[in-house]
Amino acid sequence: MPQTYTPIASTTVSGTGTATVTFNSISGSYTDLIVVVASAATATSTNNYMYMTFNNDTATNYSTTQLYGDGTAAGSIRWTSRANINLEYKSYPSTTQQQHIIQVQNYSNSTTYKTALCRSGTASLGTDATVGLWRSTAAITRLDITSSFSNFADGSVLTVYAIKAA
Amino acid sequence: MSIARVKASSLTQGLPKQKTMLAGNSTILPGSYESIQTITVGAGGAASVEFTSIPQTYSHLQIRLIARTNRSVSADNVALTFNGDTLGTTNYGYHLIAGDGATASAGAGSNFSWILGANVPGASSTASVFGAGVIDILDYTNTNKNRTTRSLTGFDANGSGNIRFYSGLYRSTTAVTSIKLWAEATFLHTQYSTFALYGIR
Repeated sequence: MPQTYTPIASTTVSGTGTATVTFNSISGSYTDLIVVVASAATATSTNNYMYMTFNNDTATNYSTTQLYGDGTAAGSIRWTSRANINLEYKSYPSTTQQQHIIQVQNYSNSTTYKTALCRSGTASLGTDATVGLWRSTAAITRLDITSSFSNFADGSVLTVYAIKAA
Repeated sequence: MSIARVKASSLTQGLPKQKTMLAGNSTILPGSYESIQTITVGAGGAASVEFTSIPQTYSHLQIRLIARTNRSVSADNVALTFNGDTLGTTNYGYHLIAGDGATASAGAGSNFSWILGANVPGASSTASVFGAGVIDILDYTNTNKNRTTRSLTGFDANGSGNIRFYSGLYRSTTAVTSIKLWAEATFLHTQYSTFALYGIR
C-alpha cells in the first residue's frame, strides 16, 4: 500500500522567537492534516494563549468548545464568533512546555465547514480537549499558529503531517 | 513571522520516532500507518457504513471521520458495532466525558447494543457543520482479550456543540473482521459524511 502518513513541513523556532508560525501552500492532495506543536513562550503572562486560523481569515468566522481539567476541577467553556480557534483553556507561563496535537479532517474538501479537534496539555497547569469550527467551505491551503501575548520560544517545534485516505 | 512553504520532503531525520499514531499521540514511522478503505456517503444518505474483510495484518485500527445525521436534533451519535454483532445484543459498554461549552459531565452504559463512536450534528444544527472523530480500536486481532476502543470526537456550531472522549468495550475475544458505523434508530448519515479506516503496524 502507498505511504499514507507523511510529514510535509516542520518549523523549529530559533533566536528571540516568533509570534506566528505559518504553513502556506498546503497541497490539496491529502485528506487530513495533523499539526503537532511542542512549544513554550518567551514571557510569562496570564494571557499567553495559542490560536489557530486558516487561509489568513481573521474575520469572526471561528468558534471553539473546550473541555478542560486544571488539577482541581473539570469544566467546559465556549467562544463564539471569534477571529480564531482557541487551542487551550489555561494561559501558560514562559518556562512551561506545552504540547498540542491538532487534527483537521477532510481539510481539502470544498463542501463542508471545517472542524478541528485538539488535544493539549501543559505540565503543572492542565489538560484540554478542544473542538473548533471555521465557518468556511473553502479548502484549507494555509494554517497559522499564533502565540497571543509573547513569542514562541527558541526551540519550539511545529510540524504538519498529512494523511492520505484510500 | 516565520513562514514555511509546505511541500513533500523527507523530514524523517530528527523527527521523534514513535510506533503508533493513536488519537492523541504524535508521530508515526512511514510505512506503519496504512489506509485500508474509505467510504463517503452519497446523495440520499446511509443508515450505516461498514468496513468488511478487514486485513488481520495490523496491530491496531483507526477510523477517522466527519459526519452528520438527518435526525431533527442538534447533536447525535455515531454508534459502533463489530463482526455483525449488532443491535439486539448486549455485548457492548462505554464511558464518556463531555464538555458542552458550559459544563463538564460524564456518563456510562453497560450491556449495550453498541459503542459510542462519535458525536456529530443532527439536522437541527447549523448547515454545513460536520462533526469529527478519531476512533482507535486497539489490538483488534488478539484472541486473548476483549476489544477496547477510544475516541476523541465533537463538533462546534458557533453557539452549540460538544467535545467528548469515549472509551468502549466489546465483550468478545474474536478478532475484528468487520466494523459497522450506524446512525441511531431509523436515521441516516447525510451526504458527504466520510469514514476512513487505517491500519497501524
